[in-house]
Amino acid sequence: MRLHHQRASDAAHKLLAQPLSECVACVREGGAVPVDLVGAAFDRADDVGAGRESLNIFTSTDRDRATEHAKSLAAHMGLAEAPGNLAGVPVAVKDNIATLHTPTTCGSRILEGYVSPYEATVVRRLHANGAVIIGKTNMDEFAMGSSTENSAYGPTRNPVDIRRVPGGSSGGSAAAVAAGIVRLALGSETGGSVRQPASFCGVVGVKPTYGRVSRYGLVAFGSSLDQVGVLGRTVEDAAIGLEVIAGCDPLDATTADVPVPRYELEKKAGLKGLVIGKPREYFPEGLDPRVAHECERALDAFRELGAVVRDVSLPHTSYSIPVYYIVAPAEASSNLARFDGVRYGLRVMSERGLGGMYEETRARGFGPEVIRRVLLGTYVLSAGYYDAYYKKAQSVRTLIAQDFRDVFASGVDVLFTPTTPTPAFELGAVKDPYEMYLSDIFTAGANLAGVPAISIPVGAAAGLPIGGQIIAPHFGESVMFRSAFALERALAGQYLPGERE
Amino acid sequence: MAVTREDVLKVAKLANIAVGEEKLDSLASELNSILGHMEALSRVDTERVPPAEGLSSGGARLRGDHGPADSLASAPVTFAPEMRDGFLIVPRLATHDGSQERSP
Repeated sequence: MRLHHQRASDAAHKLLAQPLSECVACVREGGAVPVDLVGAAFDRADDVGAGRESLNIFTSTDRDRATEHAKSLAAHMGLAEAPGNLAGVPVAVKDNIATLHTPTTCGSRILEGYVSPYEATVVRRLHANGAVIIGKTNMDEFAMGSSTENSAYGPTRNPVDIRRVPGGSSGGSAAAVAAGIVRLALGSETGGSVRQPASFCGVVGVKPTYGRVSRYGLVAFGSSLDQVGVLGRTVEDAAIGLEVIAGCDPLDATTADVPVPRYELEKKAGLKGLVIGKPREYFPEGLDPRVAHECERALDAFRELGAVVRDVSLPHTSYSIPVYYIVAPAEASSNLARFDGVRYGLRVMSERGLGGMYEETRARGFGPEVIRRVLLGTYVLSAGYYDAYYKKAQSVRTLIAQDFRDVFASGVDVLFTPTTPTPAFELGAVKDPYEMYLSDIFTAGANLAGVPAISIPVGAAAGLPIGGQIIAPHFGESVMFRSAFALERALAGQYLPGERE
Repeated sequence: MAVTREDVLKVAKLANIAVGEEKLDSLASELNSILGHMEALSRVDTERVPPAEGLSSGGARLRGDHGPADSLASAPVTFAPEMRDGFLIVPRLATHDGSQERSP
């Protein structure tokens, strides 16, 4: 953060804390100028200690470029053409999403200083809607982790409690929203990397249906699982953000040609008669009682809203972590083969010629968790083990996806579960890799099945946020948002996300 | 199916990652610990269950044959480790004589 910039107006600071819809309306009506809002976001980053020595939220920021961009937007305000649904809004973008001019490091040494020659479709859509990107957010290296402790650029800390992790891998994006620097940030999901940090930081996180959002320009991790997601301060912020980035993209053949509804129109819809499934496998006996308590309260709120809560079963849930940690590393071992010192990023020369250069570059450029997962993925794909691990996991994945199809076919509209088994843990507290993997136990299923899910704050224990998750059928984001809007409204006053200073 | 030091070495070679002798035991132990949890999958009867192939129905869409999907905002020379005359330069293969020398 540069120190010579003048502090933004008090009005801009107040506006930054308002819902996105109000912020955008104010900009469109000429009541605020984008450059002032962007200035307020950078001021806020300074005020909360977003820098490396404290929260360590960003891998890079470029205040001068963001300011110039905001100034250029002002020229379009008041003109006939629409300035977009995010006019003048400062946003943050996870550092595995390609942006022009600013680095895209994926939290890895192997891509230190790498600037992409093209930008992601989601970034293009943000820009087309008038958003201003203020920085790239810190993350677990190549999105492999659940705490943002695996970044080569140091861990991000949770703004709610600086001794604790923000979750991961989109920990920087969740922290940026929770700290009030931005109302909206982009993250990415492979096994829960948006919802889990949203839960830990007390903000809203959405993983869309597989195929809903373009991955063009998202650095690939597990291609059958990856989706770009949004983190917002409120359900409405997240709904507006998803609407901007969603839709078919000719540059990503996995995007579906399915119309994108107006999600924020679900805001006032009621839940009378809606059937909410409570899967027993997501409420095991050993569940943290604080998490169980807050989630039961949320279910009571659903009942008071006129919804019907029905006990259901997703019998293969317990296999989702073993399946996920075979499939995702297998895909990662293939996707990350491109980082070899030839075309971009780090190159470490070796006396052993070309092969040595590959091996030394990757050994030096990747951190321990990435190496562990690439080795694991290579092992489960190797001759003699493929059938026992990879093929088996893909078959069980079929059963997991079938569980979701069956439960939705039985008349259940959405499922409600805890997002994470515990609230945010302390930095360094989880050392065993598999114990860390279990952080994704309630989130990985939606990725394996490709269905959409949202995490919203449903309560707190000793000041630590607890998230509840709503899972919907494929392309059922509308009913997911309808349920989330209603739950958020019902719980308002008991726990409001972002009500911390 | 316990993972041995030799397995780690073999897999590291396949994955193009240099792993020092001193790390082989700890990596073998970590992989064994993780894979031990995966054994749970053997309890599931999948004899008549096809492996998941894709989540989207109907497969991937085809786009029109309109040339390059996107143009680059900056040339590869700005981000490649080493280029000459429009080609990426890599070291010679170790199996060739004088492997320390660069390719011409």
